[in-house]
Amino acid sequence: MAIKLYGAAGSTATLQVQACLAEKDLHYEFVSINMSYKEHKTPEFLSRNPFGQVPAFEDGDLKLFESRAITQYLAHTYADKGNDVIIKDPKKMAIVAVWIEVESQKFDPACSKLVWELGYKPMFGMTSDDVVVEENEKKLEQVLDVYESRLSQSKYLGGDSFTLADLHHLPVIKYLMGTKAKRLFEARPHVSAWVADIQSRPAWVKAITT
Amino acid sequence: MVVKVYGPIKAACPQRVLACLLELGVDFELIGVDLDSNEHKQPGFLQKQPFGQVPVVEDEDFRLFESRAIIRYYATKYGDKNRKLYGTTLEEKALVDQWLEVEAHHFNDMVYTIVLQKLVIPKMGGKTDHDLVQNCEKKLEQVFDIYEQRLSKSSHLAGDWFTLADLSHLPGIRYLVNECELSHMVRDRKNVNLWWNDISNRPAWKKVMQLFHELS
Repeated sequence: MAIKLYGAAGSTATLQVQACLAEKDLHYEFVSINMSYKEHKTPEFLSRNPFGQVPAFEDGDLKLFESRAITQYLAHTYADKGNDVIIKDPKKMAIVAVWIEVESQKFDPACSKLVWELGYKPMFGMTSDDVVVEENEKKLEQVLDVYESRLSQSKYLGGDSFTLADLHHLPVIKYLMGTKAKRLFEARPHVSAWVADIQSRPAWVKAITT
Repeated sequence: MVVKVYGPIKAACPQRVLACLLELGVDFELIGVDLDSNEHKQPGFLQKQPFGQVPVVEDEDFRLFESRAIIRYYATKYGDKNRKLYGTTLEEKALVDQWLEVEAHHFNDMVYTIVLQKLVIPKMGGKTDHDLVQNCEKKLEQVFDIYEQRLSKSSHLAGDWFTLADLSHLPGIRYLVNECELSHMVRDRKNVNLWWNDISNRPAWKKVMQLFHELS
């Protein structure tokens, strides 16, 4: 199969790419990388991603890493397949690009520590650090305040239609909605409605159940 | 009408945008924003950029923020002025995006923290967290090791020509080799050193540096 995704169950970055593959209705081979056995640090894997992180990706001869580069490649290359997750008009796409950066530079850093403390640590039988949780919840609240304002003017973050700017949030939201941090999303009506909308997309449901 | 770029010349993210506009020969007007007096957190500025950060770009009635979104837009819009800057095929573009992501996540996070701890916090009267700085420096060395390996295979990060992925590093590495006193990270690595000499001597970047010295 031409498209191969090297990733791990539970990796939010891997899930970003899987969400995109599902939206684009693309077939691919999933190659599981066992992180408990440090398979992501083997020379073979490092030749696919020199930073030793999942996911890594190939489409025929093209090899890529960095989930947001992969989703953007898929969105442009397979523009005529599945659902649109980018916008053709350059100015409208530039606005989508702004909010892709916002997720990458503001939302994800604020959430990654919360996902670790509230999501992964309990799974591994470790205790969360309340100080870290409080600090990062504050940061997330500041970001969600901006989102609340944005979503009161625009149906989706990048504009009128669902795009990668929204899709990239799905894996982290999936984890946080299963923790006490969900109250931060639920307290903001436009954010809450947007979360419900994007989580109900058939492609997303397919991506997390298969 | 010229493109308006809001932000101080001394800040990294406006420099990233200016370097790109200069590479493409796009005329701009730089409108200073006084970070020291918190101009970027005032309601007037927050209207333009809800996170209260620089830069913001206004192109007639079109407004953008996030420097890496801005450079992608202009490199696409003026692709005919420099075809290789953001790739000519989908595959080339994907590789540029890949290394832009690397710069944004692996490289920038470390440089940002080092600059914050070593330069910004002391200036504001606070104490540098030396353990954190040391930790970041160690991680940054590992990133440069990966760059050294990558640059042994191609002259630039995304291929054998200058792209947005290289351009995006210019402001951060400038900080490292100057105020942060970490130039050894570049100089001690043969391929990284060659690459830095190449990209930092491009006329567009030299023009940014000229403005930096004139306006600071």
